[in-house]
Amino acid sequence: MWPHRRTARQPIFAADPVEVHWTEYLPPLLEGAWVTIRLTVFSTLLGAILAFAAGVGRLSRNGALRAVSVAYIELFRGTSLLVQLFWLYFALPLAGQAVGLDLRIPPVIAGILALSLNIGAYGAEVVRGAIQSVHTGQHEAALALNFTPRQTLARVTIPQAIPEMMPSFGNLAVQNLKDTALVSLISLGDMTFRAEQIRNFTQDSVTVYSMLLAMYFGMALVLTAMMRGIEHSVGRWRPVRS
Amino acid sequence: MSDPIIRFDNVVKRFGDHTVLDRLNFTVNRGEKVTIIGPSGSGKSTVLRILMTLEGIEGGVVHVGGEPLWHEADGVTPASEAHLRKKRGEMGMVFQQFNLFPHMTVLRNITEAPVRVLGLPKAEAKARAEELLELVGLTEHMSKFPHQLSGGQQQRVAIARALAMRPSILLFDEPTSALDPELVGEVLGVIRRLAEEHDLTMLLVTHEMRFAREVSDRVVFFDQGRIREEGAPEEIFTDPTEERTREFLKATLEA
Repeated sequence: MWPHRRTARQPIFAADPVEVHWTEYLPPLLEGAWVTIRLTVFSTLLGAILAFAAGVGRLSRNGALRAVSVAYIELFRGTSLLVQLFWLYFALPLAGQAVGLDLRIPPVIAGILALSLNIGAYGAEVVRGAIQSVHTGQHEAALALNFTPRQTLARVTIPQAIPEMMPSFGNLAVQNLKDTALVSLISLGDMTFRAEQIRNFTQDSVTVYSMLLAMYFGMALVLTAMMRGIEHSVGRWRPVRS
Repeated sequence: MSDPIIRFDNVVKRFGDHTVLDRLNFTVNRGEKVTIIGPSGSGKSTVLRILMTLEGIEGGVVHVGGEPLWHEADGVTPASEAHLRKKRGEMGMVFQQFNLFPHMTVLRNITEAPVRVLGLPKAEAKARAEELLELVGLTEHMSKFPHQLSGGQQQRVAIARALAMRPSILLFDEPTSALDPELVGEVLGVIRRLAEEHDLTMLLVTHEMRFAREVSDRVVFFDQGRIREEGAPEEIFTDPTEERTREFLKATLEA
């Protein structure tokens, strides 16, 4: 079941380290970086959708919708991302087999699902908090103008809540970027997976891991800057804060 | 004058153990401008909030436009959401804290509800908004966001926003209490103009006694959830019959 991962993890003491110049690490690392970027983007977007659905669902007047949202949020916040990932990739197909369903999913889908379900659960709490922070006077004004509850949510509450949630969403997105490293454990060829391969081949841990750190850090910087940009553009109507 | 547009029949409102309105009987006639004065906590604002359906009632019946507000036509069955929506459409409210939508421009604050709720075409809603902005003297601020305006300007936008829904009753809940003193005049000026030029029914809760005296057809003095005294402004302000009214007015004028 684990041959790939074992060879990737265990140093091959018998083999002589291979002399390779560090620049030659770049092509495979960049190839992995592209996987990491796509994983981050897709899982953050899907996670944001889940966060909105569960965050709004938690505040719904419909009891069933509220229960489903709470169950989802608590389940995914209360278990390890690594275990969720393994469960989706290794356990789900077997569980499906037991009931006669083919639930095998490619590693990339398992990775995106686990990451977005996770960020969605944390994000839901951010969405809920931001929605609740909108002043009650806004609801009263909307009611006095005869908006329906749905119009109030879509036109008044959520537009005001979004800038409020952006700083936390920025943190979650960076957290998500770093969490993508876990998908290397289900043999997905992300940046960390490539680094492991190189290290196994060359034994050059210091260089490889330093490069890996720098690349994650660089990506996090870019991501943070992007989230700031979004935060700024969705909050244009707000007074400048000192 | 036979058919009041607003009528409270023995209305009871409680917050926990505290009785805010104690079997209140109160009427406002069509087109009348009525000011409610009284000490804080006397239930003045609650009357407006019950009318705007922001607060429910525990007893009695409220009539608006000849129909029960919180009940279906039989006066017993609690009102459906559809009934409340219909009744809400007859009223507009101006809040103490303005409650403008901060993420919308001044123009959109005024056009949003007519477009979304009344289904008015955008161009028509805009024309209506421009007309109202002229009335409140803010035409040149149309594309600004609320935080770029002074409190007085924001409250004038809020008045325009409420008027854009063409209500027959306009409720003012302490419209100048949150304003810096030098900005009170411009808001009162707009309300005064409305009172003089429109046949709108107006119900105001205010602490501006001189203003109440000038614009109202009738002044109602609230105390402990009931009407203690009511009458023409001249009567109430110069020669109140009740000792409690006298005390209140004396305290207010001294402040």
